[in-house]
Amino acid sequence: MSADTTGANHVGTEPVSTKSHVLGPVDQIPFGEGRAFGVDGEQVAVFRLRDGSLRALSAVCPHRGGPIADGTIDLQVVICPLHQHAFSLESGCSSTGAEPLRTYGVQEDAEQNIVLAYPHISGNSLA
Amino acid sequence: MTSVLDRPQGRHSGAAPRRRLVVVGNGMAGARAVEEVLARGGADQFAITMFGDEPYGNYNRIMLSHVLSGEESDADIFLNALSWYRENSITLHAGVRVDRIDKFTKHVFSDDGRVTPYDTLIIATGSRSHMPPMDGLYTPGGSVKNGVFGFRTIDDTRRMVQHAQQEHHRRAVVIGGGLLGLEAAYGLKSHGIEVEVVHSGGHLMNAQMGPDGGAVLRRSVEALGIRVHTSSRTTAVLGTDRVSGVSLRDRDDIACDMVVVAAGIRPNVDVAVLSGLPVERAIVVDDRLMVQDEDEIYAVGECVQHRGEVYGLVAPLWEQAVVLANHVTGADTSAAYLGSRTATKLKVAGVDVASMGLHGPELDTDEHIVFSEPSRGVFKSIVVRDNKMVGATLLGDSRKVAYLTQAYDRGLPLPEERIALMFDVGGPGEDVGVAELDDGAQVCNCNGVSKKALVDAVKGGCTSVSGAMDATRAGKGCGSCKLLVRQVVEWAADGAVEEDPAASYYVPGIPLDKPSLMAAIQKLGLRSVSQVFTALAPGSAEDAKSKMGLASLLKMMLADRYIDERDARFINDRVHANIQRDGTFSVVPQMKGGVTSVQQLRRIADVAEKHKVPLIKLTGGQRIDLLGIPKEDLPQVWADLDMPSGYAYGKSFRTVKTCVGKDFCRYGTGDSTKLGIEIESRFQGIESPAKLKLAVSGCPRNCAESLVKDVGVVAVEGGRWELYVGGAAGAHIRKGDLLATVDDPEEVKLLTGRFMQYYREQANWLERTYAFVPRVGIEHLRAVIVEDSEGIAAQLDAAMQAAVDSYVDPWSERDDPLTPGQFRTSLPLTVLPQVPVR
Repeated sequence: MSADTTGANHVGTEPVSTKSHVLGPVDQIPFGEGRAFGVDGEQVAVFRLRDGSLRALSAVCPHRGGPIADGTIDLQVVICPLHQHAFSLESGCSSTGAEPLRTYGVQEDAEQNIVLAYPHISGNSLA
Repeated sequence: MTSVLDRPQGRHSGAAPRRRLVVVGNGMAGARAVEEVLARGGADQFAITMFGDEPYGNYNRIMLSHVLSGEESDADIFLNALSWYRENSITLHAGVRVDRIDKFTKHVFSDDGRVTPYDTLIIATGSRSHMPPMDGLYTPGGSVKNGVFGFRTIDDTRRMVQHAQQEHHRRAVVIGGGLLGLEAAYGLKSHGIEVEVVHSGGHLMNAQMGPDGGAVLRRSVEALGIRVHTSSRTTAVLGTDRVSGVSLRDRDDIACDMVVVAAGIRPNVDVAVLSGLPVERAIVVDDRLMVQDEDEIYAVGECVQHRGEVYGLVAPLWEQAVVLANHVTGADTSAAYLGSRTATKLKVAGVDVASMGLHGPELDTDEHIVFSEPSRGVFKSIVVRDNKMVGATLLGDSRKVAYLTQAYDRGLPLPEERIALMFDVGGPGEDVGVAELDDGAQVCNCNGVSKKALVDAVKGGCTSVSGAMDATRAGKGCGSCKLLVRQVVEWAADGAVEEDPAASYYVPGIPLDKPSLMAAIQKLGLRSVSQVFTALAPGSAEDAKSKMGLASLLKMMLADRYIDERDARFINDRVHANIQRDGTFSVVPQMKGGVTSVQQLRRIADVAEKHKVPLIKLTGGQRIDLLGIPKEDLPQVWADLDMPSGYAYGKSFRTVKTCVGKDFCRYGTGDSTKLGIEIESRFQGIESPAKLKLAVSGCPRNCAESLVKDVGVVAVEGGRWELYVGGAAGAHIRKGDLLATVDDPEEVKLLTGRFMQYYREQANWLERTYAFVPRVGIEHLRAVIVEDSEGIAAQLDAAMQAAVDSYVDPWSERDDPLTPGQFRTSLPLTVLPQVPVR
């Protein structure tokens, strides 16, 4: 499936502040790489680590807007391809002095789909 | 509602309760004070909490001018990243402002509603940009008008850069012709902005130098294209919702898009005043840096007034932090700060400026020695009183600074021939050996590290240059002192300098140098990057920073036996195009030897039109670059081009630039075009430790600039060819060394391949040939490559042939992406930042 980048399936509503989004099969991300997804009008970079686990971060480098999903990763960090700022995949904190990236909860469900826990932003158009 | 928080629990919980040290201010002074406290075992005595107004770790404010001019990235100026706070169990409240201190109950109130108790308090609130009174500075809402900037924080600097880079912003006015103002002007100029400086003083930098020096400086500054208005005051900022200009007191208005206010600094004393602490020009402290009449409250840095003096330079702050830490920790309760003699040594707007003490004579008996050479921007002035130096100004030539600073600081007796103070005519000069350098002589001016501090670090066991640099922070500011630091460390270690082991690692994540790494890979039969990590990395841990170097090495060693893992490649090599600053890519079709055809040009034009390519550009290597292609369009662009890749992206062999050669040129003696095409065909796509750019010239006129290429070939009279290696004309400039002169083009190709293979096997990761060739030496290369002194020539040739044979045009992936989503966009939904389209 060629995943789209502008919308994601919206399933159910978790109580109060978090929504879950199914972003489609985990296979669309090769091991050790990242892909960008549009979720609720925001761009989220989802990484599939070589150990099979997933991480999700805001997809835009706070330094100069670099595409984080194009970065190089290991089990700890992602390095932005533009100016080599490094961010923890776990916390989003930068070890190179950039502002932190936002992190999101992400996991794989029983059908091998990527499920993103996305914090609800008030005033968002998604009903 | 506020609540009193529990003391932060650190790693010492359970042991004897530690006292609570709270630091208000996370700038250079606050962090330095904490470092000095930690250095005296403070971590065992105190649970440390720091409050910082800015949402970052602490950074080197002195370097902001380099960030503004683009010489440094803002990431490079951090002194302590957030991890430092974690590692030292320091609770950092970044982006939180302290509003008030209750000195009676010993609590700190911050604007996030937090109430933090302390046992010992350090105030290090620093200072802020002074906004002199003028009309139109503020909006009716009370904020500073859009387009008006202070120059104090990293955020100020980032906003200035952003503003300056907007296409329609062309002109700036800097208010203030002091050090900071000139730095701001210089930095903005480097963004192509027209800059004018308005200065109220009669000459530039009047706090640091007299009128004659100021006049020479003005000439140097104006030579940079910066206009200067002295004795002039800005009365108003013009424009309603955005800046449109400034009004001056007695001159015409100046139109501009931005205004930078660099008219001095004022100590931040609001918290102290509000909390009932003694404040005059700044917070009043005694020789222990303790706030006057208070117990357990200290203050340090630019917010401090000590014996009537307020300092705005970094060196006094280091001295204060040492004394303060000695008292806070009880390490030395007799320590006293007696004030600082300030000397400034800086590069201001690209001009060396050093100044100390008096600018000119004050007494009739003062001697004043002046040398002025305005056309070269050189000015030197020295004031002598009672055979002691009491002041000096040096512009444009700082070679004597180390000696003069010492003479000034120590009151050394002066040479009878005063001219020896200014020029090397026998007196101790810059070439003063490290051994003769005074213990207290400052080696690193950014971080205030003395020769003694470095020597002590070496004696304490830091016997590598990088170890001593880490321990003292010498060389971690602007870096201009690194050579001197190395000399001091080498001298102190008395020849026993250890090489930093990590410096020899091929990649940071695997503790092996290149030969050992290659041997291990061979021995263990490793074939992929992940196998290398599993077998050879500490804890088998992957390391992102090492992946690309390992991928290149394995491809070089194994050719088609290499197991290619796409995540080990940089994005350029994953999509076979060059990532640009806006996240789009540029595509370079192959154009061997720089030769093209009607069909190819037409095809490229059609593709550019179809895909609305925003910029078509000839590269420095004679190729056509299609810039601004979105990632998701790359496969279609390739398909439409239907040409092989031109290799403008990777760490690999790239292009061969050629001149016309003998067929058309009146002077050409060899067929450079034909040879260039043959070389490019043979070596296309070969990986190497760094990019390789080649050229072939048809005669010694060298129209293809072969002498400054990684490999350059020049046809000379008599049908012979000269082969140069290790040339460069980029970040470094170097004329290549002559490797050989040969009789025919086949020999050129053979030796080129053999040199490239030797370089591939021997060079460090990212080491260009201009560094590699002088490192191993041209005689050695000549012996190995031309004379086969080591008997490995056949081996090198065979390895290169294997690499050539395993070549596959990466653009063949266009119809069948190798990984899912290989060409899916990673761009933000709203594209930023936009690259201007011409």
